[in-house]
Amino acid sequence: MATAVTIQPERRVDLTPQATLPPPERRETVFDIRGLTARYGGVPAISDVSMEIYENLVTAVIGPSGCGKSTFIRCLNRMNDLVPAFRAEGEILYHGLDLHGPGIDPVAVRRRIGMVFQKPNPFPKSIYDNVAFGLRALGMKDGLDGRVEHALTQAALWDEVKGRLKMSALELSGGQQQRLCIARAIAVEPDVVLLDEPASALDPIATSSIEDLMHELKRDYTFVIVTHNMQQAARVADMTAFFSLSPAGEDGRRSGMLVEYDATQKIFTTPADRRTEDYVTGRFG
Amino acid sequence: MATTSPSLARAAELRRRGRFHPGDAALHGVTLVAALGAVALLALIAWKVVDQARPAMHRFGLHFLVSNTWDPGIHQVFGAAAFIFGTAVTSLGALLIAGPLSIAIALFLTELAPRWLRGPIGTLVEMLAAVPSVVVGLWGILVMGPFVANHLEPWLKHTFGFLPLFGGDPSIFGLLPAILVLTIMITPIVSSVSRELFLGVPQDLKEGALALGTTRWEMIRGVVLPYARSGIAAALILGLGRAVGEAIAVTQVIGGNVAIHWSLFRPGDTLASRIASQYQGATTKLQVGSIAYLATILLVFSLLANVAAQAIVRKVARRQPVIR
Ligand SMILES: Nc1ncnc2c1ncn2[C@@H]1O[C@H](COP(=O)(O)OP(=O)(O)OP(=O)(O)O)[C@@H](O)[C@H]1O
Ligand SMILES: [Mg+2]
Repeated sequence: MATAVTIQPERRVDLTPQATLPPPERRETVFDIRGLTARYGGVPAISDVSMEIYENLVTAVIGPSGCGKSTFIRCLNRMNDLVPAFRAEGEILYHGLDLHGPGIDPVAVRRRIGMVFQKPNPFPKSIYDNVAFGLRALGMKDGLDGRVEHALTQAALWDEVKGRLKMSALELSGGQQQRLCIARAIAVEPDVVLLDEPASALDPIATSSIEDLMHELKRDYTFVIVTHNMQQAARVADMTAFFSLSPAGEDGRRSGMLVEYDATQKIFTTPADRRTEDYVTGRFG
Repeated sequence: MATTSPSLARAAELRRRGRFHPGDAALHGVTLVAALGAVALLALIAWKVVDQARPAMHRFGLHFLVSNTWDPGIHQVFGAAAFIFGTAVTSLGALLIAGPLSIAIALFLTELAPRWLRGPIGTLVEMLAAVPSVVVGLWGILVMGPFVANHLEPWLKHTFGFLPLFGGDPSIFGLLPAILVLTIMITPIVSSVSRELFLGVPQDLKEGALALGTTRWEMIRGVVLPYARSGIAAALILGLGRAVGEAIAVTQVIGGNVAIHWSLFRPGDTLASRIASQYQGATTKLQVGSIAYLATILLVFSLLANVAAQAIVRKVARRQPVIR
């Protein structure tokens, strides 16, 4: 690994041209993350992460296992509040407001910033009730049927389930369940949808339908997606953040850190950091 | 030949080995005997009870179930109606209080209480189940009875006196103290079973609900309770079985009386308490038979409750969500 290696063209990831990426001055900042350090029981999982996430773009978070990708995006909607030993330092400004600041209601935060998980987690209820669940809880009951249909259509699931909305969601296939979870998340009209490896349990066809869906929906939403799959990051993301583990500190601990954050095109073709290059070309060791 | 004979030998070894394992056979034998023994014991008990009850069954038939008399004197007329009534009122009453209370305790212990408090409180609640029922009954007489007679019942009468349930004179012994004692006895069971059920609700379902911006209560109502619903039903039936069968503590506080009335303040008797209080003094074959007849009713009910609870549990076990 010591010698400089030029990237072999055939080893590169296919890049779909990201014609949609606006120049920096036209990007609207949704999250402004400043010096975020997140700890579990005092042990930092990510240290000093600073980056901005932009509106109506897809931002991918990639990096080796255990580098704190899940920890990072679970900070963005305060999902980590549920972990008792969790503590965060630094600021996460959401449209200028610090999410961990005093007087911020985590329920209201999650209402604006939805989340889709790695394993499809439909409720053991009917398809309809899965989508209607959040709507009912949030009092968005006017035109419930229409809202459910709209969300399922947006999630590219409507045609497959329209005749059997009363069927248990657990009888759907994994890919359908995951699209149902996306429908459930967007039904309540959030601003941001966080996805933590949403396709890792799915086959390539289901995966590509979810990627298409993100392309479609990013006009209305801001997406942050964690993925292990670099092809996927290259295909769907406008911006890509590469996380890695820092070298062991004096206590011998390694924690996650942000190595490089840039336009996806740049990260996958001409990364500025050597570690990024090693990772995206598959030479990560 | 050189290539086949070792493999042949190895195959033969397999055959020899597979023939007999003394350890397995012994295990099989012992467990089989134990299992059959349990079944035989149950059958034996049931048969013995029914056999004892035969004189009363011959004399009174099914009329026993609706007859509201218990006259061990010269007339020798017996009936179970008052005790069936007392059993129904006290156990349903206890269930009505213990059900919501237990669910609340279980929710508190799994979802709401600060983590450091969950272990100690959970243990304390379960220790309540370990208190011998005769001790609960004694406490019922010495502490709860006076409280009920001097404070609770007067207050109930004052506030809800227009209901026949709370009419009559406050008393240390009666249906209400029995209900309260039974509540204390079944709450630990129902709450610890419910707690297990709530702990079994997958974390990702709860996170899924919270990620939609629901409050903790909405999450509990929408995900946790529906997920645990049939399990809770089974726990309640188990609690009911326990309440129906409880004899000692109830006997200590219920007062003993053959009557069907609406006042919870007045004394009564349950099937179990009547059996416990009368068996020693039974003189005639017919009276012993009648007591055994009460026991038969109790046995049938308990078995039914148990079977129902198990059927529900089995249904729940099958319903575990599968991700495909
Ligand atoms: N609930 C938790 N309690 C304690 N430590 C945790 C918890 N969740 C994560 N960690 C630790 O934080 C570090 C980062 O974990 P995280 O799940 O964020 O990594 P990741 O990048 O998402 O990994 P993967 O790609 O395998 O999903 C790990 O060392 C992990 O052990
Ligand atoms: Mg992860």
